[in-house]
Amino acid sequence: MKYVDEFRDAATVQALAERIAQSATRNWTLMEVCGGQTHAIVKHGLDRLLPPSLTLIHGPGCPVCVTPQHVIDQALSLAQRPEVIFCSFGDMLRVPGSHTDLQSIKAQGGDVRMVYSPVDAVTLARQNPGREVVFFAVGFETTAPATALAARQARALNLDNFSLLVAHVCVPPALQALLSTPDNRMQGLLAAGHVCAVMGYWEYQPIVESFHVPIVVTGFEPVDILRGVLACVEELERGEATVVNAYARAVTREGNVPAQQLLKEVFEPVDLAWRGLGTIPLSGLGLAPSYRRFDAAERFETAGLVSSESALCRSGEVLTGRLDPRQCPAFGKECTPDTPLGATMVSSEGACAAYYRYRHGQ
Amino acid sequence: MANNELFPACPLPIGQYAHAVLGHGGGGRLMQQLLEKLIRPALDNPWLEQRHDSAVLECGGTRLAFTTDAYVVKPLFFPGGDIGKLAACGTLNDLAMSGARPLYLSAALIIEEGFPFDALQTVLTSLNAVAQAAGVAVVTGDTKVVERGKGDGLYITTSGIGLIDHALSIAPRSIRPGDAILVNGDIGRHGVAILSARESLGFETSIQSDCADLSSLVGELIAAGCEIHCLRDLTRGGLGAALLELARDAGLDMELGEAAIPVSEAVRSACEILGLDPLYVANEGRMAIFVPEAHAETALALLDRHPLGQGANRIGRVRDAGRGQVGLRTSFGVERLLDLPSGEQLPRIC
Amino acid sequence: MCLALPGQILSIDHDDDPLTRKGRIQFGGVVKEASLACVPEAGIGDYVIVHAGFAISRLDEEEAEATLREFAALSRLQDDKSAGADLHAPRPKGGVHG
Repeated sequence: MKYVDEFRDAATVQALAERIAQSATRNWTLMEVCGGQTHAIVKHGLDRLLPPSLTLIHGPGCPVCVTPQHVIDQALSLAQRPEVIFCSFGDMLRVPGSHTDLQSIKAQGGDVRMVYSPVDAVTLARQNPGREVVFFAVGFETTAPATALAARQARALNLDNFSLLVAHVCVPPALQALLSTPDNRMQGLLAAGHVCAVMGYWEYQPIVESFHVPIVVTGFEPVDILRGVLACVEELERGEATVVNAYARAVTREGNVPAQQLLKEVFEPVDLAWRGLGTIPLSGLGLAPSYRRFDAAERFETAGLVSSESALCRSGEVLTGRLDPRQCPAFGKECTPDTPLGATMVSSEGACAAYYRYRHGQ
Repeated sequence: MANNELFPACPLPIGQYAHAVLGHGGGGRLMQQLLEKLIRPALDNPWLEQRHDSAVLECGGTRLAFTTDAYVVKPLFFPGGDIGKLAACGTLNDLAMSGARPLYLSAALIIEEGFPFDALQTVLTSLNAVAQAAGVAVVTGDTKVVERGKGDGLYITTSGIGLIDHALSIAPRSIRPGDAILVNGDIGRHGVAILSARESLGFETSIQSDCADLSSLVGELIAAGCEIHCLRDLTRGGLGAALLELARDAGLDMELGEAAIPVSEAVRSACEILGLDPLYVANEGRMAIFVPEAHAETALALLDRHPLGQGANRIGRVRDAGRGQVGLRTSFGVERLLDLPSGEQLPRIC
Repeated sequence: MCLALPGQILSIDHDDDPLTRKGRIQFGGVVKEASLACVPEAGIGDYVIVHAGFAISRLDEEEAEATLREFAALSRLQDDKSAGADLHAPRPKGGVHG
């Protein structure tokens, strides 16, 4: 596959790893923000190619993992309603709510459908006028434009049986919150390349200036990740803290302007609670007033849900890089992908899932 | 579950479930749990403990292989075949995996009310064509019709009997340390072909299912004097699940080279887009072949000459005794262990 | 989910209305439809990065090629440096596919 295979080239990976080893003269701790990057690192063993002086810690870049428990429970409660066709992305299937998960709801007769794109849910609404179609809109700014497009289409079609349970989250406020915590260890950040493809990287300028921490826009293939690490190490070695774009083939400073305009039309920033980070002001997206009629949380009564979480689950600490999944006492015992205590063990971007899948038994 | 005479209290949930979920049919961990915790204990006998694709039975000095499979593939017609072709090939292959020469098949049909007879005709023609090409007849069967809405078109169960007329014992317990692991071609085609035919996913590809009867290829390998230790067809759960099960059942560790596992570009791209790992995608015309190192080149040469062996490759070897782990050496020189996926990746794939 | 893939635009539908502008995109051996609503500058033959059925940006081929040239230079440099180095560690060869 063009523009994919070249960025998985083993010889280039080797060369970059060697160059990183030569460049790092001191210990440095870096965080990769996005769960997709975490999975690539763990799967390909990229962390093992780095010199011992470099530590990579995993960030909160898993949108479903950072979604508060009561929102998950809200989603599951909607999925159980007989009139609802509940649509979500594939890896939501086994995310544990307080009492159940989508897989069980489906097994017991709930109409749960995995979709590839939010626009597919609009199509389902058109095809099923007698049913209520709800799409669980989870994701960073990478995914929010697709949801916004679906909302726009629903409005243009004047659909009255389509709604969105919105749980989109924004990265820059979370980075600010992470860097502000007193026990923060990160000296450099690898920013999520596809979030930046949409939003650009101009939002990171004030962050590097306030915290004097380099932020490198990084892609997802093995070569891209090591390139991001190298750029970050070089900045740190020089004592510099700027925003570096190491994913220039996909990202520009201003980002995708039409996508940003679409987001501004459909959404507005709202305060949101993040698992592991508490409430972060203006860190989430909610539907703008002109789209509020598509808000599933307003359309359906879901008050009275009592949420509870496993006392053993420590995904909040995993998400903020304070706990390596393998150090969690429940890892691989009470908590496995088949019996997950938290979303980090089942989401395609969860750090616990990455370690279980690729490092279990090692 | 209510406790009464008909349904004694359910002893344990399987994992966290007290009821079946789609993943229990997926060929991954959930299915393994269902087999190990409920089905095997309920049926418990030494032949099931052979843990191979077909059961090898002693009948008055003759060894027979016996197997059965149910086919619930959706859609019924897909690029490269249909449920009829699949039902015949799948069962012939299960017999071949014990090194048996197929003799007879049976076919039980569960037909949904409203299912068109011309479609049924096409399916049976496909099934019979495969059987005839293998020199085998469908000698018995059954036909049932269920109400509309209760059957999804057509389900087929086929059983097969084969004869083991050589001295080899082709089974997981015959795998030895040092054995070479081969595959007869590139992996992942069937799963991708099925998915491409599911309209809701909306992608186009020219990939066809690799659905094929491997029994004659196996026969040729045996006739050529290849000391085959084990064969396993790579259906649900793909190459990854098959090797993990064999490693566990043989009590040996295995190692694979990622760069040596043949995957076509089209399958790779489809898997990337759908978020699948080709290692765990179903095949219906591919097998893993375990031979002593000394026989590996002979086997590969024969495979290269055979239409169903194109793209065959050596993908790894069996290590010494271990915990039944399968290690994959990636292109970056790092080794990681394989693990069974949970199971609901690709429902109704075969 | 953040994973997105680059693909080449084969054909474009509904070019007049930005909201419904979509295209058939080729990824290796597979073709899938994606929304082009937010990449108005992308045309047939261009590469776009697609996430959840939605093109999030146009891939800058010149930048990609420049990056690859940079890597090739780096590889040569590292090869020269390690020419006399310990040959103990086996060097992995080739790509993912056999």
